[in-house]
Amino acid sequence: MSLAWNAIRLGTILVYIFMFAPVAVVMLLAFNANQFGSFPLEGLSLRWFVALIENDAIVRAFQTSIVLGLLTSVISTTMGVLAALAMVRYDFPGKRLISTALIAPILVPEVVLAVALLLFLRALDVPRSFFLLLMGHVIFTLPFVVLVVQARLVGIRREYEEAAMSLGANAFETFRHVTLPLMLPAVMAGMLFSFTMSFDDITGTLFWKPGGVETVPTQIFAMLRNSISPEINALGTVMVVFTVALPLLGAALARRVAAHLSGAR
Amino acid sequence: MAASKPKDERFDRRPWLLLSPALASVLLLLVIPTVFIVVYSFWLRTAVGSEQVGFYLDNWQEVLTDGFYHDILFQTLRIAALSTLVCALVGYIPAYFIAYTSTRHKALLLLLLMLPFWVSYIIRTMSWINILGVSGAVNSTLMALGIISEPIQMLYNEATVILGLVHFLLPFMILNIYVSLDGIDRSLTDAARSLGCTGWQAFREVTLPLSVPGLAAGGLLCFVLGAGTYITPMVLGGPRNAMFANLVYEAIVTQLNWPLGSALSLLLLALLGTLVMVYSRFLGIDQIAKSFR
Repeated sequence: MSLAWNAIRLGTILVYIFMFAPVAVVMLLAFNANQFGSFPLEGLSLRWFVALIENDAIVRAFQTSIVLGLLTSVISTTMGVLAALAMVRYDFPGKRLISTALIAPILVPEVVLAVALLLFLRALDVPRSFFLLLMGHVIFTLPFVVLVVQARLVGIRREYEEAAMSLGANAFETFRHVTLPLMLPAVMAGMLFSFTMSFDDITGTLFWKPGGVETVPTQIFAMLRNSISPEINALGTVMVVFTVALPLLGAALARRVAAHLSGAR
Repeated sequence: MAASKPKDERFDRRPWLLLSPALASVLLLLVIPTVFIVVYSFWLRTAVGSEQVGFYLDNWQEVLTDGFYHDILFQTLRIAALSTLVCALVGYIPAYFIAYTSTRHKALLLLLLMLPFWVSYIIRTMSWINILGVSGAVNSTLMALGIISEPIQMLYNEATVILGLVHFLLPFMILNIYVSLDGIDRSLTDAARSLGCTGWQAFREVTLPLSVPGLAAGGLLCFVLGAGTYITPMVLGGPRNAMFANLVYEAIVTQLNWPLGSALSLLLLALLGTLVMVYSRFLGIDQIAKSFR
């Protein structure tokens, strides 16, 4: 190994530490028994997590975020999977333009998207509401679902379906035993992606949320206005576990389900 | 779905049926609202707080000629450009390592690279308060070592805003550079070496130019995301570190001056949209989509 390569390796390690150390510190301090929740560490404790459960505002924020995330992921993935199928399976005039239109919500800064949607729906007499929040989350997650699902659908070759049909399967059997198991990882990926993006979003949410309604990120943001408290670190930790462990678990589960479905023939 | 494509040239409705819900959403929730705020930006907000419908240039005149907006716009572009530059310099190293390493940790390094995308932006931003705050890790360590006796306030300035942005944007940059490095034909560098190039020359003459599309895609993403944020300056910046999106937030959420907020957000859209269009004209927007594969 050359000197230069060792320098690159060391640099890589340092960059990874830079990326992960601050979040690791959040998680470490969440278990801190020290009453100010700051350094020095004075033993481990779960008191800040208990405080979370006893805090009604935080529990409500969690409920809002989960319901919003689930609804967003179902709506956005349904539309995204259909659109991705059209893009992968068919050739049609104006495909490039359609492709740009589908990712347009990423190309527009989220602040601008937030303002436009808020003011337009307000003009239609739709006030800041859960509905507005849901529409906002659907439109900004949609392009990501299309991209993620499209990337995975490309790998599913038509020949598999054609082979099933030529072996005597009807259209439903082909879909049930061939297409669905092959598509499932893509659908799961789309759902997890949109759920996590919705669950984590703050930029648009601060514009769209009705007064008095908080999601977990806006709740953290509101709590930061006072000062950083150990409760915020505990809340952050729960959120990281929620949005990191869940997708990893889901991905593993999707693989098993897909294997089971395709093995059931 | 399993049926094969029609052989004749007859118009095929199926892709359009599949696309219609998504396209209708983009039209109703993005395109029409954007056209709407263009109209709205010419309305006026009256002293009693209602809107005067009409064609007034007042908002645009204010936004385009007021020195206050110019200063914040310039500050926003500077912060976004510096953050992008730091991301490119710092991000190239791990991208290069992941692309060329032969260790079995490559898959793990790539997976770890995706993890920050799953951790909320607000948590990643506020985590720096635990590191640099008055009772944070750095101050506690320095005080425990006896180097300082009073905690130093390191937060709430332009440098911490840039730090927070780099921390947020770095994974986008690394991923894009990696995708483009990974696609380079290895025999090209081998050829350069066999023709007498040093390792550094081969990198500068072959690898670096071929990774420009990745650098450009990562740069565009970092710049556009960085220039459009208002959360980082609110959490890690001081009162003088506001960015352009903070003005939009102020106008819309705090002052309820919606026509002015419309004009401000359209100016931001025009600036960043021009950038995206110039980019897609020369390099194609497909490069960014590659990182999802």
